[in-house]
Amino acid sequence: MSNYSYLYWIPLLPLATFLVLGMFGRKYLSPISGMLGTLSLAGSTLISLFAANQYFFVDGKMNGVYQKITAFRFTWLTFSPNVSIDMSVIVDPISVMMLVVVTFVSLMVHVFSLGYMKGEKRFATYYAFLSLFTFSMLGLVLAGNIFQIYIFWELVGVSSFLLIGFYFEKPSAVAASKKAFIVTRFADLGFLIGILILAFYGKTLDIGVLVERLTSVQSPEYLGIAGAGFLGISVLSWGLSLVFIGGAGKSAMFPLHIWLPDAMEGPTPVSALIHAATMVVAGVYLVARLFPIFSMDVSVMHLITYVGVFSALFAAIIACTQTDIKRVLAYSTMSQIGYMMFALGISHQTGESGLGYMASMFHLFTHAFFKSLLFLGAGAVIHLVHSNDMKDMGGLRKWMPITHMAFLVGCLAISGIPPFAGFFSKEEILTAAFHNSPFVYGIALFTAGLTAFYMFRLYFSIFWKKEASHAYTHGEGTLTMKIPLVILTILAAGAGLLPFSRWVTADGISMETHTDLLFSAIPVSFTALAILLAMYWYKNENDKPARFASMAGGWYRAAHRKFYVDEIYLFVTGKILFPLVGRPIAWFDKNIVDGCMNLLATLTARFSSLIKRWQSGSVQNYALYFFGGIAALAVLFIYLWK
Amino acid sequence: MNLSLLIIIPLLTALLVLFGRGLKQVRVISLAGALLQLGISVWLLLLYWQTRTSGNNEAMLFVQNHAWFAELGIHYHIGVDGISIAMILLTASVVVAGILVSWNETNMSKEFFFLLLLLSMGAYGFFISLDLFTLFFFLEVAVIPKFLLIGVWGSGKKEYSAMKLALMLMAGSALVFVGMMGVYQQTHSFDIMAIAKMHIPLEVQKIFFPFAFLGFGIFAALFPFHTWVPDGHASAPTAASMFLAGISMKLGGYGCLRVATFLMPDAAHAYSWIIILLATIAIIYGAFATMMQTDLKYINAYSSVSHCGFVILGIGMLTETSINGAVLQMVSHGLMTALFFAAIGMIYTRTHTRMVAQLGGLLKVMPFISTVFVIAGLCSLGLPGFSGFVAEMTVFMGSWQNPNGWYRLATILACASIVVTAVYILRAAGKTIMGPTGETHQQLSDASWNEKLAAGILIVGIVLMGVAPFLINQLIGTGVGTIMQQVGNVITQK
Amino acid sequence: MQGIPLTHILFVSTALFLIGMYGLFTRRNLITMLMSIELMLNSVNINFVAFNKYLYPDKLDGIFFSIFIITIAAAEAAVAIAIIINLYRTHTSIDVEDATEMKY
Repeated sequence: MSNYSYLYWIPLLPLATFLVLGMFGRKYLSPISGMLGTLSLAGSTLISLFAANQYFFVDGKMNGVYQKITAFRFTWLTFSPNVSIDMSVIVDPISVMMLVVVTFVSLMVHVFSLGYMKGEKRFATYYAFLSLFTFSMLGLVLAGNIFQIYIFWELVGVSSFLLIGFYFEKPSAVAASKKAFIVTRFADLGFLIGILILAFYGKTLDIGVLVERLTSVQSPEYLGIAGAGFLGISVLSWGLSLVFIGGAGKSAMFPLHIWLPDAMEGPTPVSALIHAATMVVAGVYLVARLFPIFSMDVSVMHLITYVGVFSALFAAIIACTQTDIKRVLAYSTMSQIGYMMFALGISHQTGESGLGYMASMFHLFTHAFFKSLLFLGAGAVIHLVHSNDMKDMGGLRKWMPITHMAFLVGCLAISGIPPFAGFFSKEEILTAAFHNSPFVYGIALFTAGLTAFYMFRLYFSIFWKKEASHAYTHGEGTLTMKIPLVILTILAAGAGLLPFSRWVTADGISMETHTDLLFSAIPVSFTALAILLAMYWYKNENDKPARFASMAGGWYRAAHRKFYVDEIYLFVTGKILFPLVGRPIAWFDKNIVDGCMNLLATLTARFSSLIKRWQSGSVQNYALYFFGGIAALAVLFIYLWK
Repeated sequence: MNLSLLIIIPLLTALLVLFGRGLKQVRVISLAGALLQLGISVWLLLLYWQTRTSGNNEAMLFVQNHAWFAELGIHYHIGVDGISIAMILLTASVVVAGILVSWNETNMSKEFFFLLLLLSMGAYGFFISLDLFTLFFFLEVAVIPKFLLIGVWGSGKKEYSAMKLALMLMAGSALVFVGMMGVYQQTHSFDIMAIAKMHIPLEVQKIFFPFAFLGFGIFAALFPFHTWVPDGHASAPTAASMFLAGISMKLGGYGCLRVATFLMPDAAHAYSWIIILLATIAIIYGAFATMMQTDLKYINAYSSVSHCGFVILGIGMLTETSINGAVLQMVSHGLMTALFFAAIGMIYTRTHTRMVAQLGGLLKVMPFISTVFVIAGLCSLGLPGFSGFVAEMTVFMGSWQNPNGWYRLATILACASIVVTAVYILRAAGKTIMGPTGETHQQLSDASWNEKLAAGILIVGIVLMGVAPFLINQLIGTGVGTIMQQVGNVITQK
Repeated sequence: MQGIPLTHILFVSTALFLIGMYGLFTRRNLITMLMSIELMLNSVNINFVAFNKYLYPDKLDGIFFSIFIITIAAAEAAVAIAIIINLYRTHTSIDVEDATEMKY
């Protein structure tokens, strides 16, 4: 077993970039800031790839099981003797896999942004924020302490906030960034309380120890947490559900998904990195990280399954009706994360029954590539058209051949057409679902069809449909924008062929998966049909979709308006929280609390004005009081004082 | 090291300021004094480390004890532990920043700086006192200048605010005095460390603890006696706001801990439910009240009420971790609010308005000030990497350790306030810093060197504490340990 | 002298005191009021001397006090007249009703 402590350089390099660019970038380093960020991240990527090679192929395995190694640990903040936040670097299959994904996609986005963000006034700031995000995400991935996850969880949240609000002069971007931060913060509250519960009963914050204690049914910690109850539900379920709420917020699961579509206000490469490939899967990663504990509690696993599968379907339906290409992609992200989530929910800890876990991670892996590819492709389109709306596009295949190819591959991959990457991972998820719950399988299958439909609707609307409205003077973009597209296209096409199940499984033991032709026939033919439908409707301009929409009537409008979830939130905050809680409190403070103080002052003043009349200014009155007082005292002392 | 230096230097500087001629001399003298004091504070920190690592485990270090009024047992008795040093460092940083921020105070500058320095002297004296009477003396020294600073150099309804603040704080001191006298009457001593070793009967504690705690609580913006905070802060000049929030409110928290809880621990246990109730109300109530404010200074003032609630909550929970968190929160809140007020002051001097609705898009014209504002805001909403996170999380972790189910509920409510905090901070930042830049703001300038330096000092503190919390945790560890010995462990007691 | 009992003397001094008091309360002229005060002081002096003579013939305390009071009265008269003169300069009147600046 070799020493992996060098892994801390992976997050530290982007951190250093952030500090340098954040402090000096704007004034001194603006022209080279892009190169600086890209180079330092390339360093991180190389280290990650090296580490992945070493772990998966050289020495990660011991007795046929991939080991969980704590490569580095440093006590950061001690709460009480056994409970402390440690900054640690943990090496296990999922963290190494995520390292590769995060650094690689981030590198692609860095390179792409060199062209995409060219000429931007706050170029250096942009790269500083990107580095900050990459640092935080890597820290999250490597975390071996549940509070460390929370720390980086918040940091990715804030970098997402900063990047969504990058075009800070646009009020919609500001609103979107606030929304993203506040909604995820609300979810993080659940996470935090979940941590408090788990840490209190587990008496540690270290994930390894926590898992060990809470998965052995005889341990006093497990007995304590499973035995205690609140409102008829065991504290273990409470803690895990609350942690899951945190994950659901970050991963845009229903009903905490409302921030994700709006987050598309950020620069498109940022959407590719944060809101497609990396940060939004943090919730999935969190559940996977604590998977052994989650698998102890069946009710929470059900919660995860149904939230996941419902989000997948819900988002897919909405995606069919949106016209902003980035929003379509955002809803498709939400839908795909739903897949990952429910795959975890139906999984078990060991052996063959752990297929769902492996499938979820596999889908996370392939999704990162094809979704960032789609986003970067969309970015290239937006770069050319200067609009996000499908209506302004059409017939672009002649103007941007590379992007066209890339986008097509991405669409095929996400739809699950063999042999593209998405096919393999989705296949595993469907298999796992099929073996566990036919109901979930049915919904997942239907969603897969929907996915193919809306993705090809998108594809045809952008690249076919009608002739380009006018000749574009500039081409597809710079070389730096094309190279990432090409690389990601290759990965989106081929990543599924990797023997992923040998490397990443729930219990660390390799497993073999095989594609069952009979089984895949159903989903593949179903998606193929959906693609044909999309082609029939959207390849040429016609009124079939519109007719269908008017036929669906209210349902279509509801889906188009995203099922009014935003309106419900607005109602709760705007009509309940602010006027019914905030305003009364402000009123109470101004009138009651302050009023009491002022009343006290007024009463004092009244009283003084009452007695100030005695101060008549007339000397003789004073003398009279004086003698009166003497006389009274004389009477008191002589006659009354006994 | 002679701790009296900490009192003598500000006093000498204040006197020297009176001989200064014109703004230029006055501010240079003040800054030199404040910087010297900061240097001495850092030196004190280093000496403290050295002494501790050499194995000295005395509760208080660098003790001096001279009879001041022997007949009544009043002594000039001073000494420091880690908590005091943390407070002294906080005070020193805020003083330097405050003086730098008021660099161009042309209106009666001599008196202005004199009062600032006098106030700081009171605070230093308060934090190093080990004698109740000396402590009270310095508490009063720190109160009076505030009245003048707000009443003379303030803005808005300054007379009202100054009067309100002074009267409420005086009422607080009066309560403290009663509590102090109760302790004295029982023990015939003003010596804090000596009293701690004697046992005050529970009945007596129960009578006088509320006086002491409430008295200091008024300083620490305990609900419902927080109403001086918004008006006082809003009317005060920038430096005074920074001093008020950064130093004065800490006098209250420190007093609650060092005097009320430390000397009367049994009563603290008995009354902890009231303390926690009030603190929880302050946290939630302050947060929601902040949400409805439209003036930046009011926003920060109400958020101070909410944040100081964490200090009180931490003390009320009476576990070692929670008290640790309370101390951390005091330091963190001091630095953060001072930074916030500094940023607001910088914005105000340029735009001449503090109304959120009238500001917009400042990031474009003043990137530095806007960044400072955002950093303060992020610290306030508890972002990791800044001090607020460390402090709040320690309070939460500590509070959760208290096994009482109702206190857990209070902890959850306190946790929930961080969401509300995010809402109001982002609303304020989103409107003032981001968004389209207003027409009237196009020509405004960014921060000058003194403002940059002021913000820089505070940010260094915030980030240092946020990135390396183990340092300050070690610093205050023994101090909190001493208090916990006295208070007893609430976890094992139940 | 031997035949006069103490009560007689006390009666005189009380009468003197009440006359002074009456003057003090009824007259508006500051000089007259000052004179009334002098009357009252003198009645006290009489008391002191009388008590000294009748109750503690072998002591001198009462005499001392009366001398003390005479001295004080002289000083007081000087101060009071100074005040009255100043008052006259500012108000052109020594009527006590005209000097009401000390009113609330």
